Amino acid sequence: MNVIVCVKQVPETTGVKINKDTNTLIREGTKGIINPFDMYAVEEGLRIKEKLGGEVIALSMGPPQADEALREVVSYGVDGAVLLSDRAFAGADTLATSRTLAKGVEKVGEFGLIICGKQAIDGDTAQVGPGIAERLDIPYVAFVRKIREISNHTLVVERMMDDGYDVLEVTLPALITVVKEINEPRMPSLRGKMKAKSVDIPVWGISELGISEEEVGLKGSATQVIKIFTPQRHGNREMLEGSVERQVDQLVSRLDGMKII
Amino acid sequence: MDYFLTEDQKMIKELSRQIADEKIMPARAELDEKEEFPWEIIKVLASSDLMGLCYPEEYGGLGGGTFENCLAVEEISRACIGVSVCFAGTGLGAYPILLFGSEDQKKRYLPDIASGRKLAAFGLTEANAGSDASGIQTSAVLDGDEYVINGTKQWITGGGEAEIYTVIVMTDKSRGSRGASALIVEKGTPGFTFGIKEKKMGIRASATTELVFSNCRVPRDNLIGKAGIGFIVSMRVLDRTRPGIGAQAIGLSQGALDTAVSYARERKQFGKPIISFQAVQHMLADMAIQTEAARALVYSACRFIDSGAKNISKVSAMSKVFSSDVAMKVTVDAVQVLGGYGYMRDYPVEKMMRDAKILQIYEGTNQIQRNVIGQELIKEYAGKKDNR
Amino acid sequence: MSVRIDIELCTGCGVCIDSCPFKAITVEDGIAHVDETCNLCGACLDVCDFDAISMSDIKKTEFKGDGFKGVWVYAEQRNGKIASVVLELLGEGRILADKLGVNLSAVLFGDSIESKANGLIQYGADKIYLVDDPLLKDFNDEIYSNILTDLIKEYKPEIVISGATAVGRSFIPKVSARLETGLTADCTGLDIDSEKRLLLQTRPAFGGNIMATIICPDMRPQMATVRHKVMKKASYDPNRKGEIITKGFDGHGKNLRTNVLDVVEEIGDLVSIAEADVIVSGGRGLQEAKNFRLIEELARTLDGAVGASRAAVDAGWIPYSHQVGQTGKTVCPKLYIACGMSGAVQHLVGMQSSDVIVAINKDKDAPIFEVASFGLVGDLFEVIPVMIERLKNRKG
Repeated sequence: MNVIVCVKQVPETTGVKINKDTNTLIREGTKGIINPFDMYAVEEGLRIKEKLGGEVIALSMGPPQADEALREVVSYGVDGAVLLSDRAFAGADTLATSRTLAKGVEKVGEFGLIICGKQAIDGDTAQVGPGIAERLDIPYVAFVRKIREISNHTLVVERMMDDGYDVLEVTLPALITVVKEINEPRMPSLRGKMKAKSVDIPVWGISELGISEEEVGLKGSATQVIKIFTPQRHGNREMLEGSVERQVDQLVSRLDGMKII
Repeated sequence: MDYFLTEDQKMIKELSRQIADEKIMPARAELDEKEEFPWEIIKVLASSDLMGLCYPEEYGGLGGGTFENCLAVEEISRACIGVSVCFAGTGLGAYPILLFGSEDQKKRYLPDIASGRKLAAFGLTEANAGSDASGIQTSAVLDGDEYVINGTKQWITGGGEAEIYTVIVMTDKSRGSRGASALIVEKGTPGFTFGIKEKKMGIRASATTELVFSNCRVPRDNLIGKAGIGFIVSMRVLDRTRPGIGAQAIGLSQGALDTAVSYARERKQFGKPIISFQAVQHMLADMAIQTEAARALVYSACRFIDSGAKNISKVSAMSKVFSSDVAMKVTVDAVQVLGGYGYMRDYPVEKMMRDAKILQIYEGTNQIQRNVIGQELIKEYAGKKDNR
Repeated sequence: MSVRIDIELCTGCGVCIDSCPFKAITVEDGIAHVDETCNLCGACLDVCDFDAISMSDIKKTEFKGDGFKGVWVYAEQRNGKIASVVLELLGEGRILADKLGVNLSAVLFGDSIESKANGLIQYGADKIYLVDDPLLKDFNDEIYSNILTDLIKEYKPEIVISGATAVGRSFIPKVSARLETGLTADCTGLDIDSEKRLLLQTRPAFGGNIMATIICPDMRPQMATVRHKVMKKASYDPNRKGEIITKGFDGHGKNLRTNVLDVVEEIGDLVSIAEADVIVSGGRGLQEAKNFRLIEELARTLDGAVGASRAAVDAGWIPYSHQVGQTGKTVCPKLYIACGMSGAVQHLVGMQSSDVIVAINKDKDAPIFEVASFGLVGDLFEVIPVMIERLKNRKG
């Protein structure tokens, strides 16, 4: 069974810090990393391949430098990768992004399962996975924490909920989004890294996908960002002093005063 | 410093570093504390292809040499030499087969070792035969088509955990060191058991045990090369693997230096980070100088060996002696830079200092190495006409 | 469409570089350049003192929302219990509906759930769309999204909001994708631009490091999922009257591709971190699993939930469902007490929006103190028992 994993290159969060004086965002370095949740998707795809055979293909939409992220997933053992990149894709919201990725999936060809990370750590929307499933009209389960059974036709999974988990069975082909708990991603291999250096990663734009400019990027988006600002932070940091007892007493009286407790 | 590594060599370093940072660093203190063999990490190293670095591609390896292997050992050692000795130890066990084994033996054993499915170990040392290999008492007597082995090997790295053992035995005691031979013994062979696991000062993640042979019968086909070359096999193998000890030493020194510098940048005394004090700067500078010099020597030795040179004993010994002495000094100084914290188990440097000591001892003590270098000098200069 | 730099006006001052959340602007040879990572968010437009930055060919698409009217709240239930976020949605929905001068409706699906409908009216809804059927007992993406999509197509609300819960974040994106409209996830602020009748949706991005206000100008309905605990709960009026519209369910016999086999509750006697007003979190400083009992006891004293850092979860001290942070859950309780955690950025992004943050750590330089409202420097094994004792005395 072929598995398609969707990956996104995101800015490394550790590089994002707040300047305490000006309350603005400082982004150190421009290093792009693979969205951490997508690594669990890649790992799960590789495990399914080891069990059922077939190939794992990685798909990403992004600027040309997202090629790096795809090469990196090849080093972990993914068989092939495709980058969807076009100036026309810029400014896409989740609707336009899922439309574009769904077109990419169709062009990649036959598959049994699509796996996405639960969400990307830059946007945190968790909407692209379900959007792709909807476009392709296939069943979908979000927040999968465990694959209990998988065959070439059906899949039984545990979906993480706020108060526990649900067990669901879906027919294949399907799409799942995965949470961290599902597995522990492997390390890359040396042979994988060597392959990653030379592998051909095709780049598909609007003409390759056969999609119009109206459907993608900002033009194909339903939402628009109209304002970006830094949030108000608690500027009232207070270090309590004195013995443990004194510090605790001060804390309790402060919290009491604020009607927090 | 740029050592002009090839793309593949850089990749090996990068991958080994990633595994060291993500898998070994978080586990090292517990492995040390519990004296637990790092199987989980060995599996990661295996699936990452690193176990196969120095074997030819026809046996499932990656076709690299001593240098490639040492680059991996160095990076793993930055995190923990208890782990890196488990990694390197299997190479030590496999080298006799790789260098002197028959085609059949290579095909039978090397693919499993290169893939990391099985570990190998090398059995040379005995209670009365360490630096003096001619004192070996474990015997193997030919009985029909089988060798019957009796005796006990001591302090064998990987003992009990490895599947494939290359053991140096006496097949003809009357010939002294020329009566030694190398035999392959697989774990599970009747008459082959393991003695107690040693309690060690350092490298506690690694297993060190006795190999006990009591009428243990192995096929005659398990003889490596021919009878009587056991001592030569040992010397040739150790000549090639000694830079690996050097690589452990430079990795360990680098790890200690990294910890010391980052601590000195953060630790404040008298209102300033202690790295601003010259006394501390000078210690760190000396640690850096020695580590870099050791690295340059180890890398050069590796490249010399991989060039196919024959006269490698001296350089190989030098790379081991110098860098292990450096590692001892650098780790002691790292503890000093961290002061009281350095002495506590909350920080990694006390472990590094305990670990470092073995590097001056195993695979030939540094005293024996100096003997080797001295002997080589005598030979070299004897052949020269003008000694001025 | 692209961001243009007027090279005549640009002075290369570089002010725009820091304004870009996507790091798409660089200054070369004294002129700013915008590269392909540009997301066209427009954050740079206002900061330029020389008006050198502009957006070319501003999007002109056709408005496709004629005839859409009213505000809807998705009234999530699980095991027949209305989720607490629904009351917050009704509170906020009422404000939005009043600003627009339209009705507020709630959509309720479930099994034997009719009795709950009136309660939603008492909390401010004018109309309830009720679908009651045994097949709707458990949450099934496929069935739920079919019903909600059909209802929206039939009644054409202009705004649909849902809780950003596991359920809402799972199936609402399917509905919006099928309707080809916009959805803004995990909003922390909603407002109305009354002139244009647009929903202004504000949400954190980059782990709460920046906030973005988003609109859906041309498509309807405008859809948003809303974070728990940020909107004010609706006020209760037992005398409120409204209309309950019961819709039939025609999903029987259809070939379903998704089956719910089991629903398992796991939290035990502790409150879920997604729901809690108070969270007490433990990190590496706890040293071992059994010390989480101390955290649990403090949490219980405060009727709160237990959270954990990634380090504690990875060490196997506590299940993943308790993990707060980038690869865990994002929380914003009224009180967050961080015990023995250094405050890695990946953790901070999951909790820094909490109202009050208390940090307890023996290292006074730990980064956790930088986001803390109150910092206690000390050994948590000394501090927490004293806290528990003081809090218990206070209660008693």
